[in-house]
Amino acid sequence: MQDNQKPTSPSTAEFQREVAELMIECLNLEVTADQILLDAPLYGEGLGLDSIDVLEVALVVSKRYGLQLRADSADNQHIFSSLHSLSDYIAAQRTR
Amino acid sequence: MSTLPLVSHVSPDSHIAWRADGAVTLRQFLADVRQLAALFPAGKHLLNLCGDRYRFSVGLAAAIVSGKVSLLPSTHTPEVVRQIKVFAPDVFCLTDSAPCTVDLPQLRYPMSDAQPIDTLSIPQIDRSQRIAVVFTSGSNGTPQPHSKTWGALVSSVQAEAMRLGLLHKPPCTLIGTVPPQHMYGFESTVLMAWQSGNALSHAQPFYPADICQALASVPTPRVLVSSPVHLRTLLDAELALPELALVLSATAPLPVQLACDIEARSHAPLMEIYGSTETGLIATRRPTQAAEWQLLPGIQLLVENEEVRAYGGHVETLIAMNDKIEPVTDEYFLLHGRLSDMINIAGKRHSLASLNHLLNAIPGVVDGAFYMPDETSPEQVTRLAACVVAPGMDATQLQAALREHIDPVFLPRPLLFVDALPRNSTGKLPRAALQALFQSHRARKSA
Repeated sequence: MQDNQKPTSPSTAEFQREVAELMIECLNLEVTADQILLDAPLYGEGLGLDSIDVLEVALVVSKRYGLQLRADSADNQHIFSSLHSLSDYIAAQRTR
Repeated sequence: MSTLPLVSHVSPDSHIAWRADGAVTLRQFLADVRQLAALFPAGKHLLNLCGDRYRFSVGLAAAIVSGKVSLLPSTHTPEVVRQIKVFAPDVFCLTDSAPCTVDLPQLRYPMSDAQPIDTLSIPQIDRSQRIAVVFTSGSNGTPQPHSKTWGALVSSVQAEAMRLGLLHKPPCTLIGTVPPQHMYGFESTVLMAWQSGNALSHAQPFYPADICQALASVPTPRVLVSSPVHLRTLLDAELALPELALVLSATAPLPVQLACDIEARSHAPLMEIYGSTETGLIATRRPTQAAEWQLLPGIQLLVENEEVRAYGGHVETLIAMNDKIEPVTDEYFLLHGRLSDMINIAGKRHSLASLNHLLNAIPGVVDGAFYMPDETSPEQVTRLAACVVAPGMDATQLQAALREHIDPVFLPRPLLFVDALPRNSTGKLPRAALQALFQSHRARKSA
């Protein structure tokens, strides 16, 4: 996140839970929202998401919050690094 | 010695690729190839990991002109890299990303372009030169190598370009969402561009907005080379789609409704490509017009009982196909899904027997089996499940052990820990028993 360029609205615990529920529903994950640790990686060792999952989550996010994710932005690796960063990014960029 | 040129482009100023800063001429490309080839170490084998498609193509061409072989495994897990090293101890990797964590001697792609050359001589490559080795999963956990000769690959992509109407037209730009390291992207985005006078886009767009941007940044006519997963999300995103001349899809069957929607939105024909890692592409169809697949010229199917093998054309030996194929005429056939042992998840294939072998080889696993549920919807990617008897292990440990060996798309979800697998009295594991096990798990979960 480039805090010096864009004002970010940090996500709240309530919103983080909403995003976690969204991922669980979208991907049929076998965990509960409480089990997705805020700062654990979503890829690989953490939640174990792969690129197909990321594409699915991005689509649901774009529909619900009205924002398009882009892989060529420098933030992209960071955005999906954890529930915390994904929620922060959506909270800052959402248009609905 | 019978040779074929590296590229079919003739004019030194013809466009061979598009990058973020504009077109790359043949002159520039050949200079870049020469510059990179001069940097190569002595090893005869190369793992080309460049994420930028133009750099991949320069790496491939530099390997070809230096007589080196590009290795194309289906995934780059630590275990696969170890196996690649056993297959070719002199292997080095070419990378354009920092940091690159692959445990091999690394050559970084040069930061700056070479000085364009004035005198143009297009390299002539011996048809029988082995330029690539692709790997399939094998049934015992060891990747199986398949060699590709220059002559066979060129003949395959020339036939493809002819079938798709991409020869003798104003040059197109091919934009791929599929990696060039995968057989489909290797043939349909790199080699086909080289051998049909067309250009390739350096990009490998991922999100729908990336795809639109990559399309918009190159001139028309444009060809989008993609897969059902990307095409579905692209349509669902409801973005303004730049003008397209042709859409290609491969890796998994495309639902007909999705094909209709894509044609309606893009105003371009959608062609599907069928093939395998072993054969390369062998057939095409336009799903909105016919369910039958049309073989490329020269390719025939040999049917014996349940087994169908392809040969002829660029297919140099008889190769068994991993799908249920019903020939309709000598030239047309129908596809009826995969053979039961072969798993295909978003275009990545793996033998179920091989996955089970890998699972049971993990220390601490007493017994275990993967299970592929029936597809619930053609729109959703269906995932593997697995059940294991592994007292003393937890899911995190087991998934980490599996991740060493297999591509993430094959990691099981759910992964069930059980006291015993539902084996019958002869020790066999009927699919129906596994299905019942996972159904009752789902019922418990939603209860």
